[in-house]
Amino acid sequence: MSNLFTISPDFSPDHISGWYIFNTWLQKQTGEAIHLEMYNDFHSQREAIKSDKVDLIYANPFDAAMLVREKGFLPLVKPLGRADEAIIAVNAENTVEDVAHLLPGIRVAVTDDPDVHLMGMIMLEPGDLDANNVNINVCDTYVLVAKHLLRGDADVGIFLAEAYDNLSNMIKSQLKILVRSQISVIHHSLMIGPKLVEKRDKFQSLLVDMSNDAKGKGVLEGLGIDAWVGIEDEEMEFMIDLMDTLNT
Amino acid sequence: MLHDMKHDDIVGDYQEITLNLFGNLTRKILYTQIETPYPDGKLIVSTTDPNGVITHVNQAFIEMSGYTKDELLNTPHSILRHPDMPPAAFKDLWDTIQKGNKWQGFVKNLRKDGGYYWVKATVIPNVRNGKVTGYTSVRRKPSRTKVEECIKLYPTLF
Repeated sequence: MSNLFTISPDFSPDHISGWYIFNTWLQKQTGEAIHLEMYNDFHSQREAIKSDKVDLIYANPFDAAMLVREKGFLPLVKPLGRADEAIIAVNAENTVEDVAHLLPGIRVAVTDDPDVHLMGMIMLEPGDLDANNVNINVCDTYVLVAKHLLRGDADVGIFLAEAYDNLSNMIKSQLKILVRSQISVIHHSLMIGPKLVEKRDKFQSLLVDMSNDAKGKGVLEGLGIDAWVGIEDEEMEFMIDLMDTLNT
Repeated sequence: MLHDMKHDDIVGDYQEITLNLFGNLTRKILYTQIETPYPDGKLIVSTTDPNGVITHVNQAFIEMSGYTKDELLNTPHSILRHPDMPPAAFKDLWDTIQKGNKWQGFVKNLRKDGGYYWVKATVIPNVRNGKVTGYTSVRRKPSRTKVEECIKLYPTLF
């Protein structure tokens, strides 16, 4: 029976074909039948996880606690040198220079990316802002978050730092960063579910070695990843505890 | 090991007091009125063993506390205890986390140089295989309004 592999829906659209090629590589290397299923949003992906359909997942850190503690998933690898960080930005013409000077009632443009949303809202707290006194506008993409700022439809945008950095220079020149997070320890993780867990060591060593092989390196390039780094159980538990403290 | 604070480490005019700390410890504290602002976008992270002895610190912890990593590891977390913090706050913290619950509050922390910094702290028990193996504390930038409230409230709790 085929195993189901899914990717956190916040993946960059540039890498869709890369994930399909990665899945083919994974099947060849492990000898397992693996079907890649892309969900359009976090809600439908979580429904699939809850009904035990998922066997492998490139997971958003926000979902790691549920995957490990409720569904028996274990961590395999994370991308080398790529932590999730968030940015709070405003229109360049906005006179506000500090989050502490933002006022209740502001319009905040976000995506449904849960860890970035969490980090962003934490960075708004010094301004006495929270979900109860701001107006949240959920956009499909970070480009749309930027457009809302440029059009003046939103006062503040919460971005994945990597997505912000990849915006065109023309867009970035019209925006202003108020805060960039420097958390360093929150990252996406490739995780393995209970049905495959006996093969965890095999999967992990294949993935860690992937960048040492020319073909494997080419596949990784299609994902925008330099190499996979193994994750120990305690490192994952630490990140889950950290997310838990932030989600308060 | 928790040492008394040293005059040579202190920057600026200071006051002196001896604090009674958790675990029957006492410490001579030298403290100034100089505040270090919390840096934007950073989290201060540490873990302790079940007795509150530091087992891990991140770079932001090192920078804000003014201590080296070696000075912090294997030292009671109360190395950050500021005399303006009411003991009741820490009793509440310990009572809460020892029941397995999450604690959150605003804390004035003491630096090695005698200065201070305010944080919004969250502490959770680390549960591994059903057992509490330690505690993780994550500090983030507090709102100034909440800090002002604490500046008024805390002296009334002694």
